[in-house]
Amino acid sequence: MHIMEGFLPHPWWEIWFALSLPVVAYGVHRINRMIKDNRETLPLLAVAGAFVFVLSSLKLPSVTGSCSHPTGTGMGSIIFGPWITSVLAVIVLVYQAVFLAHGGLTTLGANVFSMGIAGPMVGYLVYRAAMRSGLHLFLAVFLAATLADWATYLVTALQLALAFPAASGGAYASFEAFAAVFAITQVPLAAVEGAVTALMFKYIVELRSDVLVRMNVVSAKAVAVLKEAAA
Amino acid sequence: MKIGSGMKLEALVLGLILLFIAAFAYTASTGNHEWSGADSQAEGVISDLTGGSYTPWYQSIYEPPSGEIESLLFALQAAVGSLIIGYFLGYYRALAKAKAVSAAPEKDGKQDA
Repeated sequence: MHIMEGFLPHPWWEIWFALSLPVVAYGVHRINRMIKDNRETLPLLAVAGAFVFVLSSLKLPSVTGSCSHPTGTGMGSIIFGPWITSVLAVIVLVYQAVFLAHGGLTTLGANVFSMGIAGPMVGYLVYRAAMRSGLHLFLAVFLAATLADWATYLVTALQLALAFPAASGGAYASFEAFAAVFAITQVPLAAVEGAVTALMFKYIVELRSDVLVRMNVVSAKAVAVLKEAAA
Repeated sequence: MKIGSGMKLEALVLGLILLFIAAFAYTASTGNHEWSGADSQAEGVISDLTGGSYTPWYQSIYEPPSGEIESLLFALQAAVGSLIIGYFLGYYRALAKAKAVSAAPEKDGKQDA
């Protein structure tokens, strides 16, 4: 989902910066407040950030004969919500833009918007809806992380389509062209990301369900149900 | 504390990963694929859409001088991430164990009394 350096023309790169900046600023504010109120969340924040580091470094082959990478942001969005997750995405995207020539500084706004904001927003909403409808906790995590990953790539296709509308058919035709590159390639990757995130989430619930309950990520009842199933 | 019914989730995830590998093996056996990055394929679409007229207006400030150095930096990224995850999960696990151990003698004491 990295839009390469210099590949978003004026005014699009400015637009995506303008949309992303306030979200990231608010995310920083939320992190400061969270750490002040509740220091025990700090290790979990580190784990969520590290999870983005690991998953976004893995370029995996897909059924389309091309490679792409998971995002790892589903975990952060489930535990901390999309605002804080956007800050985690900025860290990884800056590292990759500066040292790896993946993505870029001029396209950072757009890439933060797709990977750090739109995807996590979808993941967060899916997780909340799935939990409300009484889905099994790990299934809810799987769905949230899978769809967060997939949504990230659809938003990238949309960003490119808006910047490069086709001569005939306009932005919609180019969206189809970009989505053809990203959407199908990403389906198996998104599913694997969802599965790995569910597993990671299981270990976190096993070890620190107390913190997750206090943060309102899982209900005490859901944890009790899981404990009972294990007993 | 154990959660979930044993290793059911682990088995499911492993199954999905095996499926993923099988899909890769099948795709690889059915034709010549470049396995290039989707990110760079999007560049091709841009050049198709604009008739090759678009030139990036800004260049990366640094590019890894070779594929090897690029993989080094990617591996470094994954290694740092794994290290942090492993450290905190291990810390939490030991903490839970220590708590369980320090709670146990109290119970024994009450039984003796």
